[in-house]
Amino acid sequence: MQRLKQLIKSFSLWELLIGLKLTGRYFFKRKVTIQYPEEKTPTSVRFRGIHAQRRYPNGEERCIACKLCEAVCPALAITIEAEPREDGSRRTTLYDIDLFKCVYCGFCEEACPVDAIVLTRFADYHMENRGENILTKEKLLAIGDEFESVIAKDRAEDARYR
Amino acid sequence: MDQLFLVSIIVAKIIVIVVALLVSVAYLTYFERKVIGYMQSRIGPNRVGPGGLFQPFADVLKLILKEIIMPTASNKFLFIIAPMISIATALAGWAVIPFDKINVLANINAGVLYSLSLSSLGVYGIMIAGWASNSKYAMFGALRAAAQSISYEIAMGFALVGVMMAASSLNFQTIIHAQSGGIWHWYWLPLFPLFLVYWISGVAETNRAPFDVAEGETEIVAGFHVEYSGTAFALFFLAEYANMILISTLIAVLFLGGWLSPFEGIPVLEGLFAWVPGVVWLLMKTAFFIFVYLWIRATFPRYRYDQIMRLGWKILIPVTLVWIVVEAFAIQLNIGPWFAR
Repeated sequence: MQRLKQLIKSFSLWELLIGLKLTGRYFFKRKVTIQYPEEKTPTSVRFRGIHAQRRYPNGEERCIACKLCEAVCPALAITIEAEPREDGSRRTTLYDIDLFKCVYCGFCEEACPVDAIVLTRFADYHMENRGENILTKEKLLAIGDEFESVIAKDRAEDARYR
Repeated sequence: MDQLFLVSIIVAKIIVIVVALLVSVAYLTYFERKVIGYMQSRIGPNRVGPGGLFQPFADVLKLILKEIIMPTASNKFLFIIAPMISIATALAGWAVIPFDKINVLANINAGVLYSLSLSSLGVYGIMIAGWASNSKYAMFGALRAAAQSISYEIAMGFALVGVMMAASSLNFQTIIHAQSGGIWHWYWLPLFPLFLVYWISGVAETNRAPFDVAEGETEIVAGFHVEYSGTAFALFFLAEYANMILISTLIAVLFLGGWLSPFEGIPVLEGLFAWVPGVVWLLMKTAFFIFVYLWIRATFPRYRYDQIMRLGWKILIPVTLVWIVVEAFAIQLNIGPWFAR
């Protein structure tokens, strides 16, 4: 009896029809695709995208060349050279981040005592030539200037959990 | 002069059929991606042109512009001739398909035999491609195609024998006329097991999922056409999709009454839809089977190799044999609307 039931089931393609029914239902379901450049998924304030260097409101760069980020960086992606400026304050003369080495762990941001180096929430960037993977100090400051309002807002929102 | 005129008419017909076929193949690839995408909760291609409608042309352009790479260890002559065999058989099969009461390129007596032999010849393209590539994956693909085709040809042939017995003819137009009289007179009903067997072996014949072991993307990379690129690959691709449409059309002709209207014999609707040309019904039936092709591909995982052989030899062939005997009795006893003389 059991065998007969099994036989009828397999010859009537019953389980195949159940499978077809499932995919047939999905054919009419709501689609979950996100049309990327036009639509984006929401990102966290802690999102770790491309790096930036921030300035104080008066335009002075925050970085004091303490080299904590260089020390903490697990991928050795950061290179810093520093000299005293004419006014006697300690500033970097070279601050390079190699994006090919960087693992986007965010330790540099955590180590920074003056919130100078930060990871922004922007992750869609590309390089077209060799050498563009090195983010120099000028580039980092430019990114910081461009996105300062977003960066400041994200930091303020996350401040009470730090 | 008369001869020349006749030949030019035939050439014009061939061009019309081939161009229509190529356009449908192009849009079948688009349709396939859309349907499978929808079944996976995605939306499929939608970037090139409105709703992605120009995507097939972009793909064709890409394939044409690509380089054809000739493996140094390959047999050059066979390597080139294999895709030609595939596409030639896939296109030649359309010669005997009746599109309408009068419109058929070659209304030959043994049309069923012709289309069966041409669809079998298509396997040679695959086998030669696999052999000539001199690559182990291609070789595996060719071996699989060979073994698969011998286990499916027989079941397919027997399914056609059932249709020939019912219509007592090998001519497609006669077979369609024998099915006239409404949706219940079509052969899918009295020959239902053969209808299923023909559909399953048709899917296997065209190397489509779940019987795409010759291609076996996840196991043997791309099977018989790993070494092909550019236009040569495009020909295989074209042949596969043209064969899909051909098998869908054949099953519509053999089991669903071809260009016959489904409203035949229904009092009011028959007159209401009498103006619709037969080719529209044929296209609708074909489109349904093409959709089922894609639906099946989106649903089932690939059969294991030995399972395919078992299905072919131990299930499909016995089923067809049994049903042919049943049908023979039905014909002798003049049963139903179908076999009454």
